[in-house]
Amino acid sequence: MRAAVSIAIETRALRKVYAAPKLKKRRSGGPPPPGSLPSGPPRPPGSPIVALDGLDLAVPTGQFFGLLGPNGAGKTTTIGILTTRVLPTGGQALIGGEDVVVRAVAVRRRIGVVPQRPNADRGLSVLENLIFHAAYFGFSRAVSRRRAEEILARMGLGDRGDARVEHLSGGQQQRLMIARALIHEPEILFLDEPTVGLDPQARLALWEILRALHTEGRTIVMTTHYMEEAEQLCDRVAIVDRGRLLACDAPAELRRKAPGGTLIELSLDGPAAPVTAAARAIGGVLEVEAHDSTLAVYHPGGGEAVAPLIGAVQAAGRQVTNIRLAPPSLETLFVSMTGRKLD
Amino acid sequence: MAPAKPPSAGSVLIALLMRDVIVVRRELAFFLMRTAMQPLMFTVVFGYLLPRMGFMHREYTAALLPGVLAVSLALAAVQSVALPMVADFGFTHEIEDRLLAPVPSWMVALAKVISGAVQAVIAASFVLPLARLIMGPIPGLSAAHAGQVFLVTLFGATAFSVIGLYLGSVIEGTQIGLLFGIVVAPMIMFGCAYYPWRGLDAVPVMKYAVLLNPLTYIAEGLRAVLVPAQPHMPLPVVLAALVLMTVLFWRLGLRSFMRRAIG
Repeated sequence: MRAAVSIAIETRALRKVYAAPKLKKRRSGGPPPPGSLPSGPPRPPGSPIVALDGLDLAVPTGQFFGLLGPNGAGKTTTIGILTTRVLPTGGQALIGGEDVVVRAVAVRRRIGVVPQRPNADRGLSVLENLIFHAAYFGFSRAVSRRRAEEILARMGLGDRGDARVEHLSGGQQQRLMIARALIHEPEILFLDEPTVGLDPQARLALWEILRALHTEGRTIVMTTHYMEEAEQLCDRVAIVDRGRLLACDAPAELRRKAPGGTLIELSLDGPAAPVTAAARAIGGVLEVEAHDSTLAVYHPGGGEAVAPLIGAVQAAGRQVTNIRLAPPSLETLFVSMTGRKLD
Repeated sequence: MAPAKPPSAGSVLIALLMRDVIVVRRELAFFLMRTAMQPLMFTVVFGYLLPRMGFMHREYTAALLPGVLAVSLALAAVQSVALPMVADFGFTHEIEDRLLAPVPSWMVALAKVISGAVQAVIAASFVLPLARLIMGPIPGLSAAHAGQVFLVTLFGATAFSVIGLYLGSVIEGTQIGLLFGIVVAPMIMFGCAYYPWRGLDAVPVMKYAVLLNPLTYIAEGLRAVLVPAQPHMPLPVVLAALVLMTVLFWRLGLRSFMRRAIG
């Protein structure tokens, strides 16, 4: 570990453009999975997809850093580039000062990667997965085995070493992925949406493990689209959307930047813009934003503004199809920045 | 805790190969069944039943045995490289732990090719004695050129392992059925495995068309070294063609492999 002020990860004007998907033949596999393609304004068919559009990040050594954004924000692409698995179209990414493209092999020695979906080697047992991964990094067989057993015990998988991978539960497989990512003692740990698909208990167990790893001084980069996860775990959070950095700060600071009051989000059966003026006239309303058919209203009292808002909507000839309330948080900040919900 | 110096590329390659040794050893019976069944059943019908019935000349077994071996080699190499790769790139992504190993990614492809070639040699060594047993005594079968037999087997296994790399990295998971219907089956039937190339003198168009089929060279090469009295292509031509195909498909295969491995 170097001094606390050193920069572990840096990206400069990082850009990634995926070639237009073929119209007749859809390619499957390979990053990014189809689900991670940016949503947003409709794209003419056959045009290239801009996944990252000039992303600048700097993560100091030892920080627990969160990349927060909806599906298609460019999170997985960012992790893909930083972990040498995706080539950037432009810009530069450095891990410990080494370029991820030019010095990919050196970079791989410094990083551990927990993928979005567990992809343990099913030809091997749980223990063998770890032993071989260590062997790929040059550990001797004896050292590999000892470390593998230690890490399995630490991940609560001590009695599952001989099990076949497919006999593990989802949470256990995810912990195996963390064990694999740690076995070669990397300086930096990358986790791509590590808790997606886990039940609440498994998610909390994973949080505990991540907190402990962070306490040991490891640099951790995690993508998530769960606000709560980012707030609970991260020292600093970057909010990204459509390949751009919208904000980057400590969760508490970001919360402070959020518009005051509770967010009342009304889904309407038509464009929300005509209702804006009437909504603004309601007592106590701090701010009103119209995004397509969604009306976002910030009000210190929260619930008490709901009835007058519905009245205002109906007076404008629209109907409310859904209502959601959210207290001031990263989420309300995100909505005010992007006009979109996270998940 | 971490190793003091970066692991050498060679030691990582050995680790990658050891992984395949463990996996293959565990599935050996299944692997042999999968790759040897087709050639052995063919041997029973054409090398045993038909000659007994009098439909086939006894001497046909001399042309057939090298062909059956060539098919075993080709099937084993292509299957052991291409099938897991199609699954890896298509849906399981299990190969990612190896792509994160601190070596250039082409070495992961190289490890796959080496392990595929070794598996092909194992399959051929398994089929040879069984086929000989089923067919009975084979006129002109000679063990005099054992070294050359091994050479042709190795060149052929490598060529088909590299072809497996190419097929495994261009074929989509959903098209895996096509691999056998459209690529492997015609290759086996039109690869001079079940008839010598010289026999195609009677059908000149086909005689030149099969020169594009890599299986032709393995079958003819094995005829040259196992049953030298049978008509066959000259050994140097066979080896040159196999080297050429290995180089060609390594370049094509590596390009598509890298495209799938690094987005």
